[in-house]
Amino acid sequence: MEKILQVKDLELSFNTFGGEVKAIRGVNFDLYKGETLAIVGESGSGKSVTTKSIMRLLPENSAEFKNGEILFGGRDLTKLSDKEMQKIRGKDISMIFQDPMTSLNPTMPIGRQITEPLLKHQKIGKEEAKKVAIDLLRLVGMPKPELRMKQYPHQFSGGQRQRIVIAIALACNPQILIADEPTTALDVTIQAQILELMKDLQKKIDTSIIFITHDLGVVANVADRVAVMYGGKIVEIGTVDEIFYNPQHPYTWGLLSSMPSLDTDEAKLYAIPGTPPDLLDPPKGDAFALRSEYALQIDMEQNPPFFKVSDTHSAATWLLHPDAPQVEPPATVIERMKKFPGSRYYEGGAI
Amino acid sequence: MARYIGKRLIYMVITMALIATFTFFLMKILPGSPIASADKLSPEQRAVVEARYGLDEPLPVQYFDYMFGLLKGDLGISINQFKGADVTDLIISRMGPSAQIGFQGMVLGTIIGILLGMIAALRQNTWVDYSSTLVAIIGISIPSFVFASLLQYWFGLKLEWFPVALWKDGFMSSVLPSIALAMFPLATAARFIRTEMIEVLGSDYITLAKAKGASGSEIAFKHAIRNALIPLITVLGPMTVSILTGSLVVEQIFAIPGIGEQFVKSIMVNDFSIIMGTTIFFSVFLIVVILIVDILYGVIDPRIRLSGGKS
Repeated sequence: MEKILQVKDLELSFNTFGGEVKAIRGVNFDLYKGETLAIVGESGSGKSVTTKSIMRLLPENSAEFKNGEILFGGRDLTKLSDKEMQKIRGKDISMIFQDPMTSLNPTMPIGRQITEPLLKHQKIGKEEAKKVAIDLLRLVGMPKPELRMKQYPHQFSGGQRQRIVIAIALACNPQILIADEPTTALDVTIQAQILELMKDLQKKIDTSIIFITHDLGVVANVADRVAVMYGGKIVEIGTVDEIFYNPQHPYTWGLLSSMPSLDTDEAKLYAIPGTPPDLLDPPKGDAFALRSEYALQIDMEQNPPFFKVSDTHSAATWLLHPDAPQVEPPATVIERMKKFPGSRYYEGGAI
Repeated sequence: MARYIGKRLIYMVITMALIATFTFFLMKILPGSPIASADKLSPEQRAVVEARYGLDEPLPVQYFDYMFGLLKGDLGISINQFKGADVTDLIISRMGPSAQIGFQGMVLGTIIGILLGMIAALRQNTWVDYSSTLVAIIGISIPSFVFASLLQYWFGLKLEWFPVALWKDGFMSSVLPSIALAMFPLATAARFIRTEMIEVLGSDYITLAKAKGASGSEIAFKHAIRNALIPLITVLGPMTVSILTGSLVVEQIFAIPGIGEQFVKSIMVNDFSIIMGTTIFFSVFLIVVILIVDILYGVIDPRIRLSGGKS
């Protein structure tokens, strides 16, 4: 498969009054053409910062690339000037944000907000841009698009506004669409509609999607591959089945165990103990070690490298080292692993 | 919209009636007499003068006479400053210079203030920002008459770029007083726009505009400024007041034959009808400004556009 975006050893820090916050500490991943890569993790794990750094939307005066590169179309995005980035933003890479209630300009008719990237990036006139915008609105399922072009954001519901934001993002047929928790601020029924719409549109325009979320239910629904982030690093990456049914990192175990499920008898929902690491002074070894009951001595001292589980699946945990002791994952995770061919608990059958 | 404006107009008339009543009785309570050198006149002479201006009538009669006059647009006649002259005509003849420096001051002040505030917000926490804040603090804390005197001294007397206190050279005479009047709106606008721009620039829709590939200037002028302007409209009213009161003093300093100058003189000689007339004129002006401000809100911010009021 064709790699459309490569993030290599990316390190990024925020310079604050309190010191240097190491928000991203060596992130590596590839994005393939036409796939949906979900990045999951709790608040502060660096998932939003990673994608905003691809778009270079972080405040230039405080965010600083320390190392690594973001390769897109043969160019390193970390090195481009702001002018060059402007030509990429909205055209080749576009973004959908979390809160549709605040991501549209309240004093500009939505028609103008949709035609803006068209007029900016494509050599078309105003009239033609309007026609394209109406088609886009129809594409995202907006009834009576001609009439609604002149209306302002406050005249639309939350779900409709997110459809407009999606229309804006798709205006120039981007190669990469970054969706930063696009359904978090919506109520559940609308969430499902927006997810369906995004899946549907992806097929139609053949774009790659980076989908950020902390909702594992959403991940299972939309993603082809999943990257789990913790403490500014990716700790595990694999196909959606590999992450859900053969997870290897204790943090992924924790995440999956804390997902409510219909078929457990447990009265209480599991929660990962402790709090995320302080990135002003990140821990030396595995950032999750302090919260993990599976932590080894070496986790406190040395950062684990990535161990390959399969061609598509790898995880950064010392537990995968040949010399590591064999540990039992939590019961709910074992239940999942029983269904996964290739896992050590496999009992036959299919997922 | 028409209904809303109609309703507002009715309220305005009521407000004006109250203001007129209040000012009328306040004037009557004030000690002193509009009749110059009243003590030197014999009681008979005094009675003749009072009868001429209707001052001999009982208070309620005077009041209703005045209010009926108002309805017809008649503000009465000057008692001593311009003996017998019609107050309405006096105000109209004096309006030109006041309106000119007021308008110039307001436009100059708001435009420069908005630009200053925008630049400060875009270059937050740099020397540009700090100097713009300094200008704003100076503009707010130093009264316009101090500026007027300083400007007069430096640019009039020392450099001789502009006439010192002479209303003869048309536009050139209006430059210094306009600048003096502009300082307060300038400072207010700069302060408001800076705060508001910083907030707007941090909002999600600006990030989205950036994500669309918009450049810095497109973001500032197409997306941010209109949203940042909304709270500034709120202070347009108070700013107009400052221009009005500022012009009372500034007109004196620059010897501008405007309403303010006339107003101050009429207060000194107790010319009731001119004081009343000018107060009412200023009040009407202010109320109209407030109505315009409320309508402007809807023009700039579609969210508060009134039902039926299409853009």
